[in-house]
Amino acid sequence: MNSLVLFTAGRLLLPLALLFSLYLLWRGHNEPGGGFVGGLVAAAGFTVHALPRGRDALLAALRWPPASIAGTGLLLALLSGLPALLGQAPFLTHQWKTWDNGFAIGTALLFDVGVYLAVLGAVCAFVACYLGEEPEG
Amino acid sequence: MLLTLSVVLTLLAAPVSWLLLRVVSRAVPWLSLIPLGLFAGFASLLPAVLDGQAHVESWPWIPSLGIAFALRADGLSLLFALLITGIGTFIFLYASRYLRGHADLPRFFARLTLFMAAMLGAVLADDLITLVVFWEMTSLASFLLIGFVPEQASSRRAAQQGLLITVGGGLALLAGAIVLGSAAGTFRISGILAQASELAADPGAPWVIVLVALGAFAKSAQVPLHAWLPNAMVAPTPVSAFLHSATMVKLGVYLLARLNPLYGEHALWTSLLLVAGLATMLTGAVLALRQTDLKRVLAYSTVVSLGTLVMLLALPHPLAATAMVTFLIVHALYKACLFMVAGIVDHEAGTRDTARLGGLARQMPVTATIALLAGLSMAGLPPFAGFIAKELVYEANLNGTVSWLPVGIAIVANAVMVAVAGVVTLRVFWGSPRPVPQTPHDPPAAMWLGPVLLAVAGLVLGIVPGFAGDLVNAAAAAVASQPVEVTLGLWHGLTPMLALSLLTVMLGLVFYRHWDRVHRLLAAREAIVRYGPDAAWDHALAGLQALARWQTTCIQSGSLRRYTGFTLAVTGAAAGLTLVARGALAVPSLEGSWTLHALLPLLLLLAAGAVLRARGFMPGIVAAGMVGFGLALVFLFHGAPDLAFTQFSVEAVAIVVLLAIVGRMPFNKGDQRTAAQRRSDALIAGGFGIVASALLLAVLASPFDGRLSGFFRATSVPEAHGRNLVNVIIVDFRALDTLGEITVLALAAIAAVAVLAGTRLARSRNRDKDVL
Repeated sequence: MNSLVLFTAGRLLLPLALLFSLYLLWRGHNEPGGGFVGGLVAAAGFTVHALPRGRDALLAALRWPPASIAGTGLLLALLSGLPALLGQAPFLTHQWKTWDNGFAIGTALLFDVGVYLAVLGAVCAFVACYLGEEPEG
Repeated sequence: MLLTLSVVLTLLAAPVSWLLLRVVSRAVPWLSLIPLGLFAGFASLLPAVLDGQAHVESWPWIPSLGIAFALRADGLSLLFALLITGIGTFIFLYASRYLRGHADLPRFFARLTLFMAAMLGAVLADDLITLVVFWEMTSLASFLLIGFVPEQASSRRAAQQGLLITVGGGLALLAGAIVLGSAAGTFRISGILAQASELAADPGAPWVIVLVALGAFAKSAQVPLHAWLPNAMVAPTPVSAFLHSATMVKLGVYLLARLNPLYGEHALWTSLLLVAGLATMLTGAVLALRQTDLKRVLAYSTVVSLGTLVMLLALPHPLAATAMVTFLIVHALYKACLFMVAGIVDHEAGTRDTARLGGLARQMPVTATIALLAGLSMAGLPPFAGFIAKELVYEANLNGTVSWLPVGIAIVANAVMVAVAGVVTLRVFWGSPRPVPQTPHDPPAAMWLGPVLLAVAGLVLGIVPGFAGDLVNAAAAAVASQPVEVTLGLWHGLTPMLALSLLTVMLGLVFYRHWDRVHRLLAAREAIVRYGPDAAWDHALAGLQALARWQTTCIQSGSLRRYTGFTLAVTGAAAGLTLVARGALAVPSLEGSWTLHALLPLLLLLAAGAVLRARGFMPGIVAAGMVGFGLALVFLFHGAPDLAFTQFSVEAVAIVVLLAIVGRMPFNKGDQRTAAQRRSDALIAGGFGIVASALLLAVLASPFDGRLSGFFRATSVPEAHGRNLVNVIIVDFRALDTLGEITVLALAAIAAVAVLAGTRLARSRNRDKDVL
């Protein structure tokens, strides 16, 4: 897949996809979106970027090994459940800080970031695997 | 708090000691302060416990199941705790010197500490489940310690064998504990023992007895589950001295003694323990004579002793209880000591083969003296504590026996103990000198201090047995479930027991004199090895692997077509049969659904048809993607934008990735299935489709229960601060499910990476081979 179109599209698509995925992640709690879709969109961006360039380019673009990204996501999701234990609430009861104008931020966002990273890492791990496969001839 | 703290802090001490030794490796000898401190703590409980007040601590653990983290120190538990920490102190000190300079020292001490914590938890537990947990933890620690040098194949095999046998026994014990706990209505051991008479008459009692005995026999190396104990001698000597002679192997005996008040009168219990104990004594005695390795000789004599302890439990109490407790203490003292002596000999002379050792007393006077003191106790000669214990064993035998057989076996077994004591002391230290690999000399004080104190304790207890009299009585009372007031003494006049003792010593001297001949005779009997349980173990493992291979070839054909076919056929048949059997087939009213949206399914049908018509993978993938996009449109038009969004993304990524893979894989273009295979595939696919449609129709036909969605709608904003219901459910209301899902996702990715990396490695190897 060494088409010029794909090659150029990847360069443009990756930053767009990443921005859009973060937007989806952020607004997910109130509008359609969320960590899962966000992670998928980001992973799609990386995939399109990597298809014509190969495995090494994908790993370089990700900066961290995909399995570590997925692991970090798991860890964040797990951590987001811990503050609840301090307040004697069951694990994963999200804690919130609210403002008068209705703005609220809580550990649920951290959890969603964890989902985002887990999805992104897992998909990229698969893709990296297959990109590494040499065509047999 | 004291008991809980002792167990919990020791558990914590395991990783802490690891860290400490990594940083300050010179701190090793100071680690023996851990068991010493614990010993002092337990000793402080002595006065109250000897007064008859058991020390109880209980914390809720799983209240809904009636399981508590409960600890209780009575005479028996405290005796074990004191033995574990007392001998542990010397073992820690000894090991600090024995393994000095070893690269894995931090790991060794962490595991040893972990074992001690588990052992303390097991003997102090007053809750059956707590006991089982710590019981299995001791097996794990034993596994780690036997396999301390994993580079040796023998070490790995012994570790695996010990683990599988003792943990298997532990599973039987767990089953027994659950049956017993359900019958009693409580898992508290003290509560169970309080209802002894009803529980012994319970119809489930035989099951409990068999299961508990199986667990205890595996742990305490009773025939035919004894093979792992001699093999465990590949472990470093401190481990053999601590786990596999003085403490862990006695855990089975402890459990039997603990539950003895419950089933002491049950015919199955007594006959089972009597037969197992006697068989173990005899087997251990015969096999001990076959060995030349010091540690293996001692290991088989431990098997004999464990058999003796189990047999004693089956004899009439309270006399047998006193004999058992006394013998248990005495054995722990001299056997730990002799193992440490064997370790010293191995360490300093470079071999522990009795055929190559002799006359070491001149070069190692201190070690020789220690060995002599402990050996005399083992041989059961006055004025050592071993003599008192042996007299008690004979007395209990004569008191309760119905036939001459147990007495006869006891005499033979004890005579072999005399001979073993002679070999490991007289022969090694005073026999004719033989050349050894190293110039032997006495070890540094850290290594002989513990053995000296243990050996002297054996002598002191023999001369002033009243020293331990109260503790023995308190422990025996717990075993016999009645007050015991026995005064231990060396001299009882001219009794039948004294005659039996004399006979034993004479027979033992005969064995000792003819040791080489008896050894040659028995060692030549290959049938013992070929048909012994150790060989049976290998056969059992090989059989298990053959079974696994056979089953794997049956199920894992390696053909994706077959896997998918089986999965769909089974799922479809199960769902379809359930639908029909429950009479759930229904068609919902389609009123009001004939709008413009009804055109969408038409698109789906077209796309599905395109999948069927597709020739080759690329068009097939694109057509399947069309089905997915069509579905996403359905979601979108029916008020589920989130689902639609996700579906779009999933489809997009899937198509891109699949196309990328297909482009790089050597897929054959054509369809290689035979006509019959195509027909059966069509049948499965069609059937599954029909069942799925029927299921969905049935779901739509059943009235919609709005309680859950009503709840989500009502609480989403006030409690979870989010207006997107789907997302709120994912990250908040059902966050635990999501956590599980992303865990599976991440693990699947990691597993796929590992599997694909493995195939890539194999392929590149093959390529290298081709090049060569």
